Amino acid sequence: MLLNMITANSLQLVSAPWWRVLYDFSSLTKSIDEGLNNTMGHFWTVVTEMIIIGVLILLFYAVIGLFLVYAERKVCAFMQNRLGPNRIGPFGIFQTIADLIKLLFVEMIPIKNADGFLFNLAPFIVIIAGFMALAAIPFANGLHAIDMNIGVLYVIAVSSMGVIGVLLAGWSSNNKYSLIGAIRSGAQIVSYELSVGLALITVVILAGSMQLSVIVEAQRDGWFIFKGHIPAFIAFVIYLIASTAETNRGPFDLAEAESELTAGYHTEYSGIKFAFFFLAEYMNMFIVASIAATVFLGGWMPFHVGPWDGFNHVMDFIPPFVWYIGKTFFVIWLMMWFKWTFPRLRIDQLLTLEWKYLLPINLVNVLIMAFIVLMGWHF
Amino acid sequence: MDKKELGEFIKSTDQDLEVKEGIQFAEVTVPPSKLHPLAKMLREAEQTQFDFLVCISGVDYGQDLGTVYHLRSTKFDHTVVLKTRTSDRVHPLLDSVADIWNTADFLEREVYDLLGIKFANHPDLRRLFLDNSWGFPLRKDYVDDINIVTK
Amino acid sequence: MEEQVKNISTDEQQEYVINMGPQHPSTHGVLRLVVSLKGETVKSVQPHIGYIHRGIEKMCESITYPQIIHLTDRMDYLSAHINNEAVCLTVEKALQVEIPDRIKVIRTIMSELTRIQSHQLWWASFGMDLGGLTCFFYGLRDREKILDIFEETCGSRMIVSYNCPGGVMYDLHPNFQQKVKDFIKYFRKILPEYDQLLTGNVIFHERSKGIGKLSLEDAISYGVTGPSGRASGFSCDVRKHEPYSAYDKVQFKEILFTGGDTYFRYVARIQEMWESMNIIEQLIDNIPEGPYAVKMKPVIKLPEGEYYQRVETARGELGAYIISDGNKNPYRVKFRSPNFVNLSVLNHIAKGFKIADLVAIGGSLDLVIPDIDR
Repeated sequence: MLLNMITANSLQLVSAPWWRVLYDFSSLTKSIDEGLNNTMGHFWTVVTEMIIIGVLILLFYAVIGLFLVYAERKVCAFMQNRLGPNRIGPFGIFQTIADLIKLLFVEMIPIKNADGFLFNLAPFIVIIAGFMALAAIPFANGLHAIDMNIGVLYVIAVSSMGVIGVLLAGWSSNNKYSLIGAIRSGAQIVSYELSVGLALITVVILAGSMQLSVIVEAQRDGWFIFKGHIPAFIAFVIYLIASTAETNRGPFDLAEAESELTAGYHTEYSGIKFAFFFLAEYMNMFIVASIAATVFLGGWMPFHVGPWDGFNHVMDFIPPFVWYIGKTFFVIWLMMWFKWTFPRLRIDQLLTLEWKYLLPINLVNVLIMAFIVLMGWHF
Repeated sequence: MDKKELGEFIKSTDQDLEVKEGIQFAEVTVPPSKLHPLAKMLREAEQTQFDFLVCISGVDYGQDLGTVYHLRSTKFDHTVVLKTRTSDRVHPLLDSVADIWNTADFLEREVYDLLGIKFANHPDLRRLFLDNSWGFPLRKDYVDDINIVTK
Repeated sequence: MEEQVKNISTDEQQEYVINMGPQHPSTHGVLRLVVSLKGETVKSVQPHIGYIHRGIEKMCESITYPQIIHLTDRMDYLSAHINNEAVCLTVEKALQVEIPDRIKVIRTIMSELTRIQSHQLWWASFGMDLGGLTCFFYGLRDREKILDIFEETCGSRMIVSYNCPGGVMYDLHPNFQQKVKDFIKYFRKILPEYDQLLTGNVIFHERSKGIGKLSLEDAISYGVTGPSGRASGFSCDVRKHEPYSAYDKVQFKEILFTGGDTYFRYVARIQEMWESMNIIEQLIDNIPEGPYAVKMKPVIKLPEGEYYQRVETARGELGAYIISDGNKNPYRVKFRSPNFVNLSVLNHIAKGFKIADLVAIGGSLDLVIPDIDR
């Protein structure tokens, strides 16, 4: 049932050329779903599907997390005229795995006077928020854990849950630096949530739907960042800024500003609990980047230029999953680029940027977009 | 003003002061009671304007404890050295000049920390480098238990 | 549980005190700042120092003058060469030794190279204080080139101990001139890159302009020297006011600004690097021939008296005050270290700003902790 919730749009593709059928995961998921339904009851089908999806997402999470840590180190090394990790494995690709093994064996230091329950709970909340957001993201044509009709809203809601974990971590550590970091993080994420939401709303107006698969499908003849003229581009830039702030990454990494607050809210964490925060940061980055890719850059949809049929066919040969990953990593690379270039903002400047600049621009932008859609000026 | 004129000027303000023309600077030896008024005068007088306190060095002269003030004027670029000493080794007390030059705050704390000279009217006289139970290491009669310093 | 509740004060006036340091990434060493906060705003900063107090002044009283030089290296380890020079000049002045021009020129070039590498490291760490981690690697990459030059001639990279009373330890390496010229050529191209990365950045301007403003009166009263003082308009360059070594033979500007905030302290240091390169370029082509050291007596005894010599280190005015009783070791040595005095102004200028600004202000003062503690 879960896998069945593929939109009508993608079902029409059956009559499309063979590569579209080949790259369409909906037939595969559908056949699995039907097979399971035939062998066991409806209840057990749903349970089995949930387990399969859970394990797949868990694996995906770990692999992407490890790869992103490696990628960040390589990108930052590139920016800084260094080589980066290059000792373990070819080009140091096993470095992060070695780090993970180290983190697994590191002692978890118990904190005196810390609120033990909340202290241990916090990393899980942060990581679960990331898991839940992954569920709604269309990785490829039909490769979709759950395709809700309010996908955008769901992603916004779930991804902002991570701040609860951050606040709990800061508060329960019984450390002044952690508390300042957590409070900063709270103020920051609550503020920037607005901009993320409004930037996405701009596109929702253009697409006419909150369902992520519909949004992707609507970009078949051109990505929204091109279709929506200037307002869509402004929304993309604002989304990029706000989502960077929401993931607590530089230049908005005030919650863990290491030159001010040592490590911010996760100062007192060690071992695998620290690794959870570390992984969650990279996963959040991946999630916001993949939403940016899905909503603004067409998700798994290949790059199409209206009348150029030959060009479009060549683009279609590249599998949708590669398109999706490519776009996501382009956005991630952008985020890494400005993390390693810019100095950090101050907390009051951060809030000024949001409330005095981004929010008004965003509101006007939504209006303009609504006007353009009403007039039918988009293509 | 060069060191000779400076010496003459200071001598003209107070005949009792012992003014010596040193190798580099005019050196004035003042009794502790006159230190603060003289410093204030040198800071405010039109001809001298010593607005920059370069450093305060505490010195243990054997019998006496003393401090040496290097003053400079940023306007005239001349320097004068004030010296004062007290023979009380148990409770040495001098006047603070922290109300004239802000930098004296830290410099006097350093002198207090290393030589045990107290400064009256100092805003925040606490030890700076060492903890309260430590002796005063720059005094010549300081005995280091671990015997690191030998002469 | 009861007790825990009791400990929580309901007094709204109670200050939120955090200890920055002794181990903290932005204090650049073992400096402990006790910061009272109200929210994010700094109410007062109390520096607690002495974590690496080694008693250099006391040690000096029991060793000979050539030995003191090696201790001065350990004060401000980034301007080690200039610290050495302070003691050497004091000894030479006391003994009235005439120093040949070659030694003066060598010392001046070395001092200016030291100043450049110190400012490079400052730029690197200041960028890091503000959160721009890339600056660190850019700064250190270029600093390495100067350290290589030092290594070739002096035998060591950072703690050079190249000066000795009466001259320098060894003659210049044959490659020295060419390497310095290559470096200047290279660094003239690279320095605008620093500006591109940090100086022109909007976030950097927001973070530094108007932050930690130090007026001229306060700069003089607090005795803030060096680029930090000159950014407030305090003309305190010893190289201009009391030229030592070969500074009277070269043309250079004293970098003076009137802004006095973090931004101007930053710009003053960047400009100083340009000026240092000018000085080196004027000298590097005409290093006079001659001996690299004057023959001194094997046991150096200063005549009885007091000697004060000031030099301009990368951070301000370093004064060496030596009282001699005629023996082979001094009676009392006092170093007026610039960082110690510059630190005293921190509470005054950081009050009322945010924690992040405190870090920026601390970085712009360019504190080196071993020089504070001595």
